[in-house]
Amino acid sequence: MNDRTTTASRRAFLRNGLMGGAAFAAAATTGSARAAGDPAITEVQDWNRYPGDGVDARPYGSPSSFEAHVVRKNVPWLTSDAVSSVNFTPLHELDGIITPSGLCFERHHGGIAEIDPAMHRLMINGMVDKPLVFSMADLKRFPRENRVYFLECAANSGMEWRGAQLNGCQYTHGMIHCVMYTGVPLKTILAEAGVKPEGKWLLAEGADASAMTRSIPMDKALDDCLVAFAMNGEALRPEQGYPLRLVVPGWEGNMWVKWLRRLEVGDQPWQQREETSKYTDLLASGKARRFTFLMDVKSVITNPSPQAPISHGKGPLVVSGLAWSGNGRIKRVDVTTDGGRNWHAARIDGPSLPKALHRFYYEFDWDGSELFLQSRAIDEQGFVQPTKDELRSARGSNSIYHNNGIQTWFVNKDGGIENVEIS
Amino acid sequence: GDGLHLKLGRLATEEEVAAWDIDIRPDGLGLPKGKGTVSHGMEIYDQNCASCHGDFGEGVGRWPVLAGGQGTLRADRPEKTIGSYWPYLSTVYDYVRRAMPFGNARSLSDDDVYALTAYLLYLNDVVTDEEFELSDRNFTDIRLPNEANFIEDDRTDEPFYAGKSEPCMTNCIPGKATIKMHAAILDVTPENADEDDQPAGGID
Repeated sequence: MNDRTTTASRRAFLRNGLMGGAAFAAAATTGSARAAGDPAITEVQDWNRYPGDGVDARPYGSPSSFEAHVVRKNVPWLTSDAVSSVNFTPLHELDGIITPSGLCFERHHGGIAEIDPAMHRLMINGMVDKPLVFSMADLKRFPRENRVYFLECAANSGMEWRGAQLNGCQYTHGMIHCVMYTGVPLKTILAEAGVKPEGKWLLAEGADASAMTRSIPMDKALDDCLVAFAMNGEALRPEQGYPLRLVVPGWEGNMWVKWLRRLEVGDQPWQQREETSKYTDLLASGKARRFTFLMDVKSVITNPSPQAPISHGKGPLVVSGLAWSGNGRIKRVDVTTDGGRNWHAARIDGPSLPKALHRFYYEFDWDGSELFLQSRAIDEQGFVQPTKDELRSARGSNSIYHNNGIQTWFVNKDGGIENVEIS
Repeated sequence: GDGLHLKLGRLATEEEVAAWDIDIRPDGLGLPKGKGTVSHGMEIYDQNCASCHGDFGEGVGRWPVLAGGQGTLRADRPEKTIGSYWPYLSTVYDYVRRAMPFGNARSLSDDDVYALTAYLLYLNDVVTDEEFELSDRNFTDIRLPNEANFIEDDRTDEPFYAGKSEPCMTNCIPGKATIKMHAAILDVTPENADEDDQPAGGID
C-alpha cells in the first residue's frame, strides 16, 4: 500500500467513522436498537488480518503516517528569506515536557551548516593562559552532564506585541523547545585554557555562514552553561548545531550558539550585531535595553487552542499547557475560563526541573458556554507572569523581544477557538 | 586556575587564531590595518549590496534598511538603521566582514570593508565628504548618533515584577470579558492549501 492510498483510506475511514459515530449516538438517544455496532469493532481490520513491516523495514523510525500533520511550520511573510528565518514547534500536538528532536523549532541566520565532525574544531583564545584547540574526540573525553532545559527564542510571541495576530499557539508560542542535552560543563573546558582574572566576558562564535557571535558574562559561563554534543540521547540534529552547540540555560535562544567553533575571553562585551542591532529591546521612550538575557516566567495553553478546537462537545475537558521560567522552576500555574475574573490552580504533572518546560493540566466540566481561557505562571523566585497590557504600559509595543504576556483563547459555543485580546 | 586539567586539546597556533579571531570591539581592539574611501565604498556597494539593500540603503522588499530613520525611535513605527539605532561603528565593520554579502560571506578584503563602512557612514549623513577615508587610525574617532540611548536590563524594576505580590484569584475584574482584537480578522496566519480556513498545522 503506498502513501497515497493510505491517506485516502484514512480519510474515508475517518469520515465514515465520524458519521457512524453520529448515527450511533442518535440511535442511542432515541432508544432504538443498537443494530450492527461500530465497524471498528465488528469488521476485521487490515491490521488485524495482515502482518505489517518487519524489524528490518525501519532502521530509524518515523512517526505514524496518521501524524503527518504534526510538523514544524514557517510563516513566509515574517522574514525576507528562509535562510535567515524561523519556524515553529507544533506545541498544540505535543504533550509532556520533552520536544521530539525533529520537531524542535529552527532559527538560522545563514541556513543549516552541514559540518563533518572530523573537520570541526573548538578554539579557546583571548585572555587565557594558553589558547587551545579541541577536536570532537577531545571533547568527548571530558566528564559529561545530562540536563533538561527549554530554549526559547527571544522573539517568541514577538508578532503579538501589537495585538492578536497569528491564530495558533504553534505560531504565537512555538519558538521554543525543551530537550535533554548531553555535554561538558563550559567551566571545565575553560579551565583547561586557564581564564585570566581580568576575563569577565566570553564571546561565543558559530562556524556557519552567519558566523553568529554573542557576548556572555563570565559569571554565567562558569555557572551552568554546557558545550553540548547530544540532544535527547543522540547527536544534535544539523539544524540544532551538529556537532556542537552552546547551552545557556534560562537565557534567550540567540545566545545558544550553534555549530560552536570558538570561545574568546575578554574584559568587556564585544557589542556584536546580535546584541546591538538585534536582541536589544526598544522602549516607548526611545531608549533601548541591551543584554536582556533572561527569559521571564511564561505559560500558554497548548490544547485546546486555535489549531486544536474542542470537537467532543460538552462534558469533561482537559486543558493542557506549558509553563517555564529562566529564573528556575515553576511554582504554580493558574488557569481562568472567564478571562481573568476567577482563577483556579492547575496541576503540574511530570518532572519540575529548573529552566525546563513544565506540563500543567486543568480538568473541568465544560457546559458548552463561551470561554476566555488564560494561564498564568508563577516561578520559584515569586515572579508572576504579567498581562500583555501590563507589559505594554511599561515598554510600549516596539520591543520585538521578550513578550511573556498572558495569552487569551476565545472558545465559542461550537468549540472553535481564536487568538484574541480582551478587556 | 581551578579545574580538572585533563591536558586535552592542543595549543592553538598564531595563524589559527588569526584565521578565526576577526571580531572587533568598540574600542577598536581587533581592527586590521587598512583604509578605504566613501567613493570607493560606493562602487563596492553598488556591485555587492544594492540588489538587496537598495541604492541608498533603503532596503529592497523586506531586506534590511541600512540608512535613514533618524528621529523615529519614539514613533509608532520606528525605523532602526545603522544611523538611527546602532550604537557602535565597530559592529558595522565586524558584521559586514563576518557575514556579508549574504550568500558570499568573507569575500571582501579588509580595505573593501573599510571603504564600505565609510560609504555606510555617508549614506547615514555621519560623514558628508565623498573623499572621506576611513582607516584603522581614525576609526575610533567616529561616533554613531544613538550610542547613548542603550540602557542595561532593568526589567525587575517594572511594576508587575518589582513587588512579587501574590496575584488575585477571585472576582479580580468586574463585568464580563469583551473581545477587543481578533487574530482571525487580521487573517495573516498561513493556511493549508487543501483546507478551508483553518490555520496551517490545524487538526483536520
